[in-house]
Amino acid sequence: MDEVRLIEVKEDIRADNEKKADGLRSQLKAEKTLLMNLMSSPGAGKTTLLMKSIGMIKDEIKVGVMEADIDSKVDAEKMVAQGIPAIQLRTGGFCHLDANMVEQGLGAMDVKGLDLIIIENVGNLVCPAEFDTGAVLNAMLLSVPEGDDKPLKYPLMFSICDVLIVTKTDYLSLSDFDMEAVKERAKKLNSNIKIFEISAKSGDGLEAWTDWLKNEVLTFVK
Amino acid sequence: MHELPVTEKILDIIVSHAQRNNVQKVVSVNLRVGELSDLENEWIQHYFDYLAKDSVAEGAKLVIERVPVVMHCNGCGESFQVDVKAMKEIQCGNCDSKDYTLVSGKDYYIKDMEVI
Repeated sequence: MDEVRLIEVKEDIRADNEKKADGLRSQLKAEKTLLMNLMSSPGAGKTTLLMKSIGMIKDEIKVGVMEADIDSKVDAEKMVAQGIPAIQLRTGGFCHLDANMVEQGLGAMDVKGLDLIIIENVGNLVCPAEFDTGAVLNAMLLSVPEGDDKPLKYPLMFSICDVLIVTKTDYLSLSDFDMEAVKERAKKLNSNIKIFEISAKSGDGLEAWTDWLKNEVLTFVK
Repeated sequence: MHELPVTEKILDIIVSHAQRNNVQKVVSVNLRVGELSDLENEWIQHYFDYLAKDSVAEGAKLVIERVPVVMHCNGCGESFQVDVKAMKEIQCGNCDSKDYTLVSGKDYYIKDMEVI
């Protein structure tokens, strides 16, 4: 019988992805384009939030959108119909975007002249948190109907995000959602997280969020 | 679903090391997976068994060691371990600072493998 021997591998399986993501970050820094990765559950309202937010900042900031879905191109079509430059990435069953897919997406976009590119990641609170897309800003959208227990169930997502936007606050009166509990739980996982409460439908709180985003972009592209 | 792309990557790395080392069969693989990763050991093995069929790694057993979440305190420079599931406020045990960066806990590291 052949002898069993030990081979040292010493490789992180995400090392390739992280290298590529760092490369994208330096490339976009040089091109003065801020890449933001927006993540949420399916149906939280990413597309609606983006359409409203971009409408409010587009006179000052040139924005492009990279839509990612397992299938269909409805989201990109909605953006383009509003005059927002957008491309659709179909992940073909993959539950998240990685730096490779983002690189391909950037290749298909006219990046020059854009101040901000927003990735609308696949709706999912697990996998997108694990894979670096090359974004400088990671944002998470949580909608009131999903419940206030999400930081307890998906701690990694909350711990990697720079900003948390709690949306559909127009549902608060109909639900037992505890806003203070969400904030406390998110801050415990990530003391630096910036939190906004908004309703994309009524427009409540949108300005504070878009002002913050505008400021982040203007500081970055300086 | 999440386990599939991760497991594919693990298999790619194993197979490339096996080719470089004239391996006939991979017996077991030692992995370190961070506590923050939502992977189920059982499912990684299921996916692996499926993906590794007809490869040098067919039938290999994955031995998974969980890596605790460790933060580096930006206040005093000490490192401290965190139990994320406890949902207690994360702060440095040494200086009480809440300014910290993640050192480990997100890992997907292939340590070594036993081969024939």
